[in-house]
Amino acid sequence: MNGPSHSLSSKALVHLTLLGYSLIALFPILLVIINSFKSRRAIFMDPLALPGPDSFSLDGYAKVLEESNFLLFFGNSLLVTLVPLFLVMLFGAMAAWALSEYRFRGNRLLALFLAMGIMVPIRLGTVSILEIMVSLNLVNTQMALILVYTAQGLPLAILILTEFVGQVPEELKEAARCEGVSEYRLFFQIILPLIRPAVATVAIFTMVPIWNDLWFPLILAPGPSTQTIQLGVQQFIGQYATDWNSVLSALSLAVLPVLVLYAFLSQHLIRGLTSGAVK
Amino acid sequence: MKRAFPWHLLFFLAPAVLIYTLFSAYPLFDTLRLSLFTDTTDGVRSFTGLSNFVTLLSDPNWSGPFWNALWNNTQFFIIHMLVQNPIGLMLAALLSMKDLRGGRTYRTLIFLPTLLSVVIIGFIWQLILSPLWGVSEGFLAFFGLDFLFEAWLGREGSALITLALISVWQFIGIPMMLIYAALLSIPDDLIEAARVDGASPWRTFWRIRVPLILPTLGLVTILTFVGNFNAFELIYAVKGALAGPNFSTDILGTFFYRTFFGYQSQIGSATMGATVATMMFLVILVGVMLYFFVIQRRLTRYQL
Repeated sequence: MNGPSHSLSSKALVHLTLLGYSLIALFPILLVIINSFKSRRAIFMDPLALPGPDSFSLDGYAKVLEESNFLLFFGNSLLVTLVPLFLVMLFGAMAAWALSEYRFRGNRLLALFLAMGIMVPIRLGTVSILEIMVSLNLVNTQMALILVYTAQGLPLAILILTEFVGQVPEELKEAARCEGVSEYRLFFQIILPLIRPAVATVAIFTMVPIWNDLWFPLILAPGPSTQTIQLGVQQFIGQYATDWNSVLSALSLAVLPVLVLYAFLSQHLIRGLTSGAVK
Repeated sequence: MKRAFPWHLLFFLAPAVLIYTLFSAYPLFDTLRLSLFTDTTDGVRSFTGLSNFVTLLSDPNWSGPFWNALWNNTQFFIIHMLVQNPIGLMLAALLSMKDLRGGRTYRTLIFLPTLLSVVIIGFIWQLILSPLWGVSEGFLAFFGLDFLFEAWLGREGSALITLALISVWQFIGIPMMLIYAALLSIPDDLIEAARVDGASPWRTFWRIRVPLILPTLGLVTILTFVGNFNAFELIYAVKGALAGPNFSTDILGTFFYRTFFGYQSQIGSATMGATVATMMFLVILVGVMLYFFVIQRRLTRYQL
């Protein structure tokens, strides 16, 4: 092995690399947030400076909140993310339980059919999805997005949860059944609480792509009253492209909720990600 | 065990299977079916066999843009494979080092951009790279390299590469975390044994740890492939549906969108849109099959 001085300098190199990359990851986001709090002049004069007493300005935020329905977009995004999230977790856990617990004809085939949705992006069916929504009169409703996002999230949720449901000890289920507990009560009162940590992992995998999606809001619900935050920001920026204060503030407003959520949940999220990946 | 009818089975399975079938599986098959039809101007849909595909691949108005989008998409994927996944592997290797302090913080920070919306990321980078703002020019000037600065996103030769690198910047957290998790799951005594045998850390990494995580590298490859050939938002946010300049950033996702909804003078077509979607499906299918039947199978054999 090499001497201690060498290992010390290689350790410093490791930290330098990781720190450097962390800065690369963080810098663009910070830059936008910092400049969103500055006056137009300061944004261009000295982009890297923090907002000071004479450069601080909330003009951009005022304009965004005034000129766009930001709160409405935010509410829409929340609705079309949280409802599918709940449905994916509930229906996903139920299906995972059925697939791993009961032996029935076509079990494996059904599991394969459901798993297909993991590899084949739901977007490829957009032409037909739009036609279905038109015939159901659901275009420009949040219902359209809720249905599509639920369908989008289920395959991966079922795959992950099947793995976890399979780990519930056999004796536990047998003991419950011996006492005459029905299959429904067994699932909702015993199994579901047991797999709660896995459900949290699934929640993150499900939530992020839905919240960030632009494709389906653009195609299924572009109307002014149903726009999600991604679509709203995209159109707002298209309209106010030269108003840098507003653009920076709109971007910051779109990023901040995720940053706050991440600050609280990051440890849980990363644990879920790594444990979910180990197979 | 035999009961009259397994109502509970129906109860547990029906909601998920129903929603998935109606809004994901059926639309996919229906889209594949629609690619064999054509709409006349008075709205009558008639079966035309493979003629949409013939048009797409041989009519110069269609085949030019299609091959352009496919080739651009392939470049987009190659850049991810050459930049994103090696850097992801390197970061994961560093993070998995024993008694590394602050590893959790690094992980949290580097993973952050992955969670943000592609649209927002696209706009953020558009601002940063804009010659109007001058942030990147000023940054290069700090190293005396400002003569290198160009409006990369605006030039035909560099726009696609720049967009691919933005995407790499955003999604590097995914290969990093997957590989990191795989490295952690390698038993310690294996590494210890190699160390006792006198293998250098470098050699241990390439000869023991990398071969052991090959299945994860395969998984990262196929996830990158599916994600890249399904991409749309970044190009649309930064360059619009026309994927300029002069379609140099057009990929299959934007081409699909334009075909389906139309642009400028061209009227959108559901059936041609379905045809493009079917081609995308075939591209992804070929990739996934290659992964399952060639890569994954050889890897498992290698492991045994």
